[in-house]
Amino acid sequence: MALILDHVTYEYGRGTELLVRALNDVNLVIPDGQFIGLIGHTGSGKSTLVQHLNGLLAPTSGHIYYNGEDIHDKDFSRRRLRSKVGLVFQYPEHQLFETDVFTDVCFGPRNLGLDRKETELRAYEALKQVGLPDDCFYQPPFDLSGGQKRRVAIAGVLAMKPEVLVLDEPTAGLDPRGRDEILGLVASIREEQNITVILVSHSMDDVAEYVDRVVVMNKGSVCFDDTPKRVFAHREELETMGLSVPQVTDIMHALKKAGWDVGTDAITIEEAKEEILRRLK
Amino acid sequence: MIRDITLGQYYQTDSVVHRLDPRVKLIATLLFICSLFVVNQAAGYVVAVVFLALAIRLSHVPFRFMVRGMRAILFLLVLTFGFNLFLTPGEAVFQVWKLTVTREGITMAVKMAVRLSLLIIGSSVMTLTTTPNNLTDGLERLLKPLQKLRVPVHEIAMMMSIALRFIPILLEETDKIMKAQTARGASFDEGNLLQRAKSMVPLLVPLFISAFRRANDLAMAMEARCYRGGDGRTKMKPLHYEKRDYLTYVVLLAYFAVCIVIGRIMPWGRIF
Repeated sequence: MALILDHVTYEYGRGTELLVRALNDVNLVIPDGQFIGLIGHTGSGKSTLVQHLNGLLAPTSGHIYYNGEDIHDKDFSRRRLRSKVGLVFQYPEHQLFETDVFTDVCFGPRNLGLDRKETELRAYEALKQVGLPDDCFYQPPFDLSGGQKRRVAIAGVLAMKPEVLVLDEPTAGLDPRGRDEILGLVASIREEQNITVILVSHSMDDVAEYVDRVVVMNKGSVCFDDTPKRVFAHREELETMGLSVPQVTDIMHALKKAGWDVGTDAITIEEAKEEILRRLK
Repeated sequence: MIRDITLGQYYQTDSVVHRLDPRVKLIATLLFICSLFVVNQAAGYVVAVVFLALAIRLSHVPFRFMVRGMRAILFLLVLTFGFNLFLTPGEAVFQVWKLTVTREGITMAVKMAVRLSLLIIGSSVMTLTTTPNNLTDGLERLLKPLQKLRVPVHEIAMMMSIALRFIPILLEETDKIMKAQTARGASFDEGNLLQRAKSMVPLLVPLFISAFRRANDLAMAMEARCYRGGDGRTKMKPLHYEKRDYLTYVVLLAYFAVCIVIGRIMPWGRIF
């Protein structure tokens, strides 16, 4: 049971002079329950890639399989797929439209054809999950703060009970506190429901702490696909792609350069602390 | 999806027509349209077609782009053709069911269709060879005398260029919101008319909100840079006429004179 991308290539603007190859022969296997960080510079194709995962875009060539079925087969229900692969877009709060928060979150499950009771139950659960205070439920979504709006939008996708949750830059435009809250929220949702999570980001610090696996995109191709530790060992290559390693990893490198005998593979603050303490003993 | 729609009429290439001053092109289009109504006989339309063909040739824009504009008015074209064909009174030629086709009807229908097509293609030559910004600049300059009558010419031109600038932005936004709602299980092309209209709500509400937000931001940014309307404002690239522009005016006047002469000396009413 997994999502498989098989030689996926996607081109924008076919048949015109402005042809852009946004994805170039991408092969990925996304097993159940994994927490994946998808990283790449602006224009590396990561947003295009995630839009393939729920069939919003169809590959120019190649195939995508969900649980063994080609999602672009004629008799495959893409609407069903969209409830299984939940996609939270960049700035998802821009898609809110209902008169109150609760009705907006009901939109997704209602589109799945669920009855009213089930719809409302799911909406309530989802809003609880994202930690929105009860007294906000019947407010117009436009009255909430930026971080709260984003939670509502995420709840709108969670209410469809996806098996794979894809978040496209969920922390863009948030202050550090809002950022930590959203990332913590994603991690806890993943823990509770044991679903697959794909976190798209260009911030290494965002992903280093949480994910099991890092996929790095560059110019439409996957160039690294490994555990965070192993990916972040390629510091120079990442830098030539306009990406960086987590700040603490940079610090460890600087310490080593300054003559300290420390390992440079720490990617979280906790690991860096341990390593430095070990050295000081 | 929606991004495939080409609304930006401008066709980027380098040609004499592209380099002409936008004012010349605006006036040329206006004169060309007038000329279509001055002449009324085959000879006149031949002159118009030759003139237009020459302009297209000089513009280096492939002809299929001109025809593309025709598609939008095809319905109108067929409608006028039909009405003129069947509803003009006169000498009957033949009859289909209850509809009588007259000699005058055929003449009128053909004439109207030719006029309309030439009109559309003529204006596409202008929009295909002039960037929207240039076009509004030219319009602003041409309408400047109206300022004496307290017509807010600069403001109108500014609104036009902002509106044009926002079209691609809003198209992209629409595409994004559509995708986001599709990801939440919405569909925009199912059900009867009422259901379809209703399914537009999740698209239109966020779109309007975003349009207002953008408008607000833009107004703020303009004010922050001390924009205060047209008074005393100078241009970074002021329009000024070159030799080729004067030459074009001469050619234009000659063309228009020929059209008037043809329209005057040849008998009215009949073509072909």
